[in-house]
Amino acid sequence: MSSDTLKLTLRVWRQSGPEDQGDFRTYRLEGVSTHMSFLEMLDVLNEKLIADGEEPVAFDHDCREGICGMCSLMINGQAHGPDRGTTACQLHMRRFRDGETITIEPWRASPFPVVRDLVVNRSALDRVIQSGGYVSVNTGNAQDGNCIPVASAKQEVAMDAAACIGCGACVAACKNASAMLFVSAKVSQLATLPQGHAESSKRVVNMVAAMDNEGFGSCTNTSECEAACPAEVSVSHIARLNREYSKAILFADS
Amino acid sequence: MFRVASDELNSRVPDGPLQEKWDRHRFNLKLVNPANKRRFNVIVVGTGLAGSSAAASLGELGYNVKAFCFQDSPRRAHSIAAQGGINAAKNYPNDGDSVYRLFYDTIKGGDYRAREANVYRLAQVSNSIIDQCVSQGVPFAREYGGTLANRSFGGAQVSRTFYCRGQTGQQLLLGAYQALMRQVTTGKVRMFPRREMLDLIVIDGAARGIVVRNLESGKLEVHIADAVVLCTGGYGNAYYLSTNAKGCNVTAAWRCHRRGAYFANPCYTQIHPTCIPVSGDYQSKLTLMSESLRNDGRVWVPQQKNDVRVAADIPESERDYYLERRYPSFGNLAPRDIASRAAKERTDAGFGVGETGLAVYLDFRDAIARDGEDVIRRKYGNLFHMYEKITADNPYRMPMRIFPAVHYTMGGLWVDYNLMSNLPGLYVLGEANFSDHGANRLGASALMQGLSDGYFVLPSTINDYLATASLPRVVEDHPECTATMVAAETRLKKLVDTNGSRSVDSFHRELGLLMWDYCGMARNREGLQEVIPKIRDLREQFWKDVRVPGSGKGLNQSLEKAGRVADFMEFSELLAIDALHREESCGGHFREEYQTEDGEAARQDDDYSYVAGWEFEDVGEEPVLHREPLNFENVTPTTRSYK
Repeated sequence: MSSDTLKLTLRVWRQSGPEDQGDFRTYRLEGVSTHMSFLEMLDVLNEKLIADGEEPVAFDHDCREGICGMCSLMINGQAHGPDRGTTACQLHMRRFRDGETITIEPWRASPFPVVRDLVVNRSALDRVIQSGGYVSVNTGNAQDGNCIPVASAKQEVAMDAAACIGCGACVAACKNASAMLFVSAKVSQLATLPQGHAESSKRVVNMVAAMDNEGFGSCTNTSECEAACPAEVSVSHIARLNREYSKAILFADS
Repeated sequence: MFRVASDELNSRVPDGPLQEKWDRHRFNLKLVNPANKRRFNVIVVGTGLAGSSAAASLGELGYNVKAFCFQDSPRRAHSIAAQGGINAAKNYPNDGDSVYRLFYDTIKGGDYRAREANVYRLAQVSNSIIDQCVSQGVPFAREYGGTLANRSFGGAQVSRTFYCRGQTGQQLLLGAYQALMRQVTTGKVRMFPRREMLDLIVIDGAARGIVVRNLESGKLEVHIADAVVLCTGGYGNAYYLSTNAKGCNVTAAWRCHRRGAYFANPCYTQIHPTCIPVSGDYQSKLTLMSESLRNDGRVWVPQQKNDVRVAADIPESERDYYLERRYPSFGNLAPRDIASRAAKERTDAGFGVGETGLAVYLDFRDAIARDGEDVIRRKYGNLFHMYEKITADNPYRMPMRIFPAVHYTMGGLWVDYNLMSNLPGLYVLGEANFSDHGANRLGASALMQGLSDGYFVLPSTINDYLATASLPRVVEDHPECTATMVAAETRLKKLVDTNGSRSVDSFHRELGLLMWDYCGMARNREGLQEVIPKIRDLREQFWKDVRVPGSGKGLNQSLEKAGRVADFMEFSELLAIDALHREESCGGHFREEYQTEDGEAARQDDDYSYVAGWEFEDVGEEPVLHREPLNFENVTPTTRSYK
């Protein structure tokens, strides 16, 4: 594993606060090891900025192993960068060429206002879950787990959907800033499992309403979301959401 | 170095036979009637498995809950990264498991340094956790007939681990998070994301609130309650490099410690043997490769020192399969602490591999030759893929390089059987407390403990406190609230105003190296005596020379880190003192002076069969040791052997 180094030009979005206009600043960085993760490259940039008496670039990150969903960078116009099924924190610098210019922006979507630099507010996604993304069961004496058999094929579909890490890349990648992939992942997981059946109609109607209410756009089936999704959630879950939604509207009790 | 208090800590473990303690205790605890519950306010800090499950369950009971996390959403807490699974004594495979066996394995795995009654309760509650999670829609792996699937894990001879692919922590946390979001909708829980707890408010000796910083606006806030529940995780990031998330920190626990809560067994740290090694100075964290890989992978180093040949060019006769050599009966499946120390021994002696020499091989060549690449891909495909993503090496063609890394911390704030600290009204759950894993945690037990504490233990025990404690009304401008807030503000201002020459990260890295070198996989008296003044010096330098750009207004990630590192600087000294005082080897705490002829850990039960609860005096002052003796009435402590 020999290590090469890169010389890079970084165009980074800087915005001092929610009210600030923001603009791109250009930084040059040398000696970037190809073994570094993308976020470690930003760490190195920040150490340099601090040494130069400048404020470091703010960016969200936490687990740095691709599962918490906190990192959220638009890299050269692609959510989480060029690799499929990869979060920005798992992207490595060997993916880039010596002398390359890399443009780094925050998620761009009106339901995700910029807090500072590359940090956005994604609480809209929590509010969508609050509108029904759960099974209404209190803690207590639940029946034995094996009393609810789930065919392993169905469980696999539910797990594929449940793998969503809630990062918002689907929204950032969509020209309409639609959150359909995110919403459908939860609707589809719970609609596939028997535990979620009792309230499936109410859930899909409420979650879609909450999504609209937060200002997310409509889905026009271009599948950019699926291409950007680091958890590789399939747009087939959007199809399931649409079926669930149609059922709920057509066969409403009232 | 420290003083010893004459009193003994009272664990408040109820009387009666082990099997009946929890039931009897629950009956004896006072209740709060449903109509009165809405009169009580509870603060929950942290939203991992313990925090989310506790906040949701308390909301369901009818309490008014305020929940806090520093991330932008409660779903991001680091429980989400747990891979392997969650243990329960269901005995679905009919392989001889029972509540008693899970209890026994956990006590033994913890090297006889945990409380029997707590561990037994954990094993009892384990089955309810699985049922609860299934009812929430957690997609556990299933057999073809639709029943729940199990797999094996380290430290047990039965299959009792439930799992969701390699993402069990994620799915359990999302289950708890969704329960929490449901309570937010009912209005019983108010959620405060991007808030960091900076201090505990203690009024008339009881925990009555917290001071938090709103990380977006920079403003400090006071929140008042009748009880405070701390679910803020472990302190592995004292070592800078660990498998923890970057944000994991000891601040909330340490601030409570400074306000009087005892910190128990901080020297019990778990070093996980199979992590991807450090590749350079810029390294920001370490990634775990599941321990399950050791089922088929063989661990080795070259027999020749500083051998620079690639692995494939080293003939069989020149390879040292040191685990198989030293532990013929357990071989590559030796427990975590043993496997980690053996890797350290070889690399220290100059036999390590890779650019840095700080790695050993985990080789699948023989398994692939035996079973074929397809079989290995089916078993470990996702892990091989992750390894390749990080290192750009193909582990089907060449052996993985691995090295031990700090992973979990068994120590934490001291709690009694009710999970209440010695400060009335302050409860501590999950990794943040010390209670259930003794000196070493078994795989798939952390998820079990977090959810046990949050779903089932706290919701029973907190009623008793709220029903019986005298809790006069407190307002937010109470002098103690103001004083605590001013102290937090002053500290932040000092960090910003120091305006020195070194970044926060540079200090954190230096502290981490000290801790790893002197207080890592193996410790000794001389080293610990040496490192304590070094930590103090570094702390002094930090406060003189740290540079925190920007101001306290608005989002300032350097300031967030600075506060956390400042607390790690104080905490690390206590960790070293605890390690120095415990003159024995047990579990994750290996003192080189206390080993058998074969280099195995030698416990000193006559002198150290106790929990060490440390009381804070002042920064740099001698802490006070309060002991809680451990009584083993049901199991007999023996020496673990893996030869």
